[in-house]
Amino acid sequence: MIHAVAVASHGLAQGPLVTRLPDGRLVVAAGGRRVTGRPLTARQTTGWKAAAGALIALASAFTAPGVSAQTLLNVSYDPTRELYRDYNAWFADWWEAQGNPRPTLQTSHGGSGAQARAVIDGLGAHVVTLALASDIDAIASRTDLIPEDWQSLLPHNASPYTSTIVLLVREGNPRDIQDWNDLIREDVAVITPNPKTSGGARWNYLAAWAYAERNGLDPREFVADIYRNVPVLDTAARGSTTTFAQRGIGDVLLAWENEAYLALKELGEDQFDIIVPSVSVLAEPPVALVEGNLGDDATRALATAYLEQLYSPEAQAMALRHFYRAWDTSAADPEDVARFPELERLTIEDFGGWAVVQPEHFGDGGIFDQIYVGQ
Amino acid sequence: MAARTFSVRAPTPMPGWGLSFGIMLTMLSVVVLIPMAVLLWRGFVGFGAAGMWEVVNRPRVWNALELSFRAALIASLFNLVFGVLLAWVLVRYRFPGKRIVDAAVDLPFALPTAVAGIALTAIYAPNGMFGSALMQSFGLRVAYTEIGIWIALIFVGLPFVVRTVQPVIEEIDRETEEASATLGASRLRTLTHVILPMLAPAALTGFALALARSVGEYGSVIFIAGNLPNVTEIAPLLIVIRLEEFDYDGAVAIAIAMLVISFALLLAINLIQIWSRRRMGAA
Amino acid sequence: MTDTPAIPARPRPFRPATTEPALVKWSLIGLCLAVLTVLLFAPLYAVFDEALRRGWAFALASLSEPDAQSAIRLTLLVAAITVPLNAAFGIAAAWAITKFDWRGKAWVITFIDLPFSISPVVAGLLFILMFGANSALGMWLVANGLPVVFAVPGIVLATMFITFPFVARELIPVMLEQGRAEEEAALTLGASGWRTFLTVTLPNIRWALLYGVLLCNARAMGEFGAVAVVSGKIRGQTTTMPLMIEMFYNEYLSVAAFTMAGVLALLALVTLTLKSALEWRYADQLAATHRH
Repeated sequence: MIHAVAVASHGLAQGPLVTRLPDGRLVVAAGGRRVTGRPLTARQTTGWKAAAGALIALASAFTAPGVSAQTLLNVSYDPTRELYRDYNAWFADWWEAQGNPRPTLQTSHGGSGAQARAVIDGLGAHVVTLALASDIDAIASRTDLIPEDWQSLLPHNASPYTSTIVLLVREGNPRDIQDWNDLIREDVAVITPNPKTSGGARWNYLAAWAYAERNGLDPREFVADIYRNVPVLDTAARGSTTTFAQRGIGDVLLAWENEAYLALKELGEDQFDIIVPSVSVLAEPPVALVEGNLGDDATRALATAYLEQLYSPEAQAMALRHFYRAWDTSAADPEDVARFPELERLTIEDFGGWAVVQPEHFGDGGIFDQIYVGQ
Repeated sequence: MAARTFSVRAPTPMPGWGLSFGIMLTMLSVVVLIPMAVLLWRGFVGFGAAGMWEVVNRPRVWNALELSFRAALIASLFNLVFGVLLAWVLVRYRFPGKRIVDAAVDLPFALPTAVAGIALTAIYAPNGMFGSALMQSFGLRVAYTEIGIWIALIFVGLPFVVRTVQPVIEEIDRETEEASATLGASRLRTLTHVILPMLAPAALTGFALALARSVGEYGSVIFIAGNLPNVTEIAPLLIVIRLEEFDYDGAVAIAIAMLVISFALLLAINLIQIWSRRRMGAA
Repeated sequence: MTDTPAIPARPRPFRPATTEPALVKWSLIGLCLAVLTVLLFAPLYAVFDEALRRGWAFALASLSEPDAQSAIRLTLLVAAITVPLNAAFGIAAAWAITKFDWRGKAWVITFIDLPFSISPVVAGLLFILMFGANSALGMWLVANGLPVVFAVPGIVLATMFITFPFVARELIPVMLEQGRAEEEAALTLGASGWRTFLTVTLPNIRWALLYGVLLCNARAMGEFGAVAVVSGKIRGQTTTMPLMIEMFYNEYLSVAAFTMAGVLALLALVTLTLKSALEWRYADQLAATHRH
């Protein structure tokens, strides 16, 4: 039997009855937490009031959180699901061990840019863990939810784990692709998503740009030559992986390192090889508190701990296990650490920071758009 | 009711004008008209007609719009012809497996468009079931070309003509055909001169709906199209690109451009239909 | 019921005047099946093939995940709200449009069609513009505990928008074809408006209505683009089946993704087969009403 109760702090809650208190109040289990409140009286539950109450209860049962101190919504991007599933389970235990009630941890996954847009448009995220700093910058500049200096509030540019861009080729590397300059050869077809719609693809583009600068080539021309070899421009990283791995299109896939390892694991290690180029980028998927959505101190404490614990040895080991490069290897399986070869990685600061790079390269009419106007 | 005073309506003894018109107008307003008005307000008042024109009037946008409407038109014409044929076969003929075929026609609606796109690409990719056969026998590439877009749009628009024409065929009185045959008309003549005109309004409706639907289709097309700017980049993808740049105004501008063109197309089709009905009714 | 029993068949000529030669008939059937195989059954096969790549047990296990279950529940809930509302609209609109003559009909019909011509992405954007954090209305609703976007009401609205024309568009051609004579006769004989509708109109349009409802339902359960924009994609809360499929796919869980797609296809097939069975059950009655 579902009971509806009125709770002083946030209206109504509804759920199976847990227990009746002597003072007449009820405890119900609502959305994984226990709520104590006065039962709605018969008079309250008659007529349109009942309808309205039920509607509100229904709505709040389904809607974005913000209702309870013990609920936390992490708005993340696509390939982090496994990582945050493990981390949420670990963190819930840890938080409970600190003497707190067990929290309800919710996650939302989607394209990084679309997720940032959802937060701007009102999705009640408490923390964001996105692919690009520029996506969190967008939230900070378009709303009051996140302070402008968010990236200095947590260690390592607020990036608990990092990745890089590597080249995935077919087994045995039949086209003998060793570095970025092989991608402009006429006999090589390159698969990469569209940097306009995929955050990861911006790193692909920048890594190629960095190589050209390092080797005294005209980066604009070099990058344009690579995109001339791209037969299919998928909208997201996953689409490109499918095009390359399952449709058999192209000779080389430009991919996030963690995605390349994941693809290897899921689609067959004997089909592809990972080639590490001479220079690549330090891709930093950053995290931030969404200050404006925290509501009360309890939520703030929970959300703060959630992000801080991402830097704990246990969480870092988890990130390493999920093919991210993490900072603290003390608790990690040595095998997970040894997987990653050393290579020179340029940071976004080497390109002038996202505030410069985003409009100049990927904005409307930017350098990437010009590649396709010139054709 | 107040609506009874509407002077635009011809007098009739039929009841329920106020109720039916009221429900129709209320729901139409809440679900369609008000949201559309918000979009148009945002575009014309918030952004301005000049700004919108500047966003839309570029070769890349025109190329995408042209591709979207051309591919939608080709796919819907195919669906028009094939849909009438399939509806006829499903209503008039008995054959083994008919029920399954009849049920399967609606699957393009039930299957999420992304799934359809992934599945179609798997089949028509150069290493796919049909893709490799077409490649080897005709040297024809389907996936990652405009033909792939046609295939995806035919798929998403398939049920429309079938499902609008099917009930009309079921309602056709066999006596009409018998009369036509009795009067000496050949079967072919009966079909083209008696049956087809009866199906025309429904078929045209289905065509209009399939066209409208395929113009805006995004989810299935992006997997099979290749998405190369100016070549296989559809207009809805440009809207998504604008949104990724957090450029709501640009997105709204392209959306309004698409909307104006499809509205004009739909209105033209609906006017033709009402006009032909009036003419036929008068004859 | 007042249906007359089927008239016994007269002795027929060798080929009835209302059918085509067998050769034509079978080539048409063959053509239709060939086209459907290439365009419809092959992708469907691809979905099930991928879903069952690691066997039935593995596929079914992927559905038992709590997130998957809640996605199924949410999709059913959304369809249960959306379909009756759109059916009511469809009947009202078809009645107003086909039983009365008034100016501006073409415009209204075009407005009804409009949701089809709007890219699902834009449909989602519409409701974000209306109810998002940047609109006064959205802020007011959130402050009053009734958030629309990134919650179930937004998903319902977006789904209603996408499936809005189905029932109306299904009914209008049929009711045009039938004209008004039967209703006028009933009214002349003294039947009330409701009685006329229930006993004359409804039996005539029930198959078209059923088609419309089924299409609306199938599309409501399968809609992805518009819902993706307004849902917020919170696992276990605002994730519908199509969104869950995309998430599974992006996480390299293609068996789970295609199994869920297969479930959507099967749900549609079950409802449609139900319709076929009903039709078959009432085939005599249908034939009788046609012939009389």
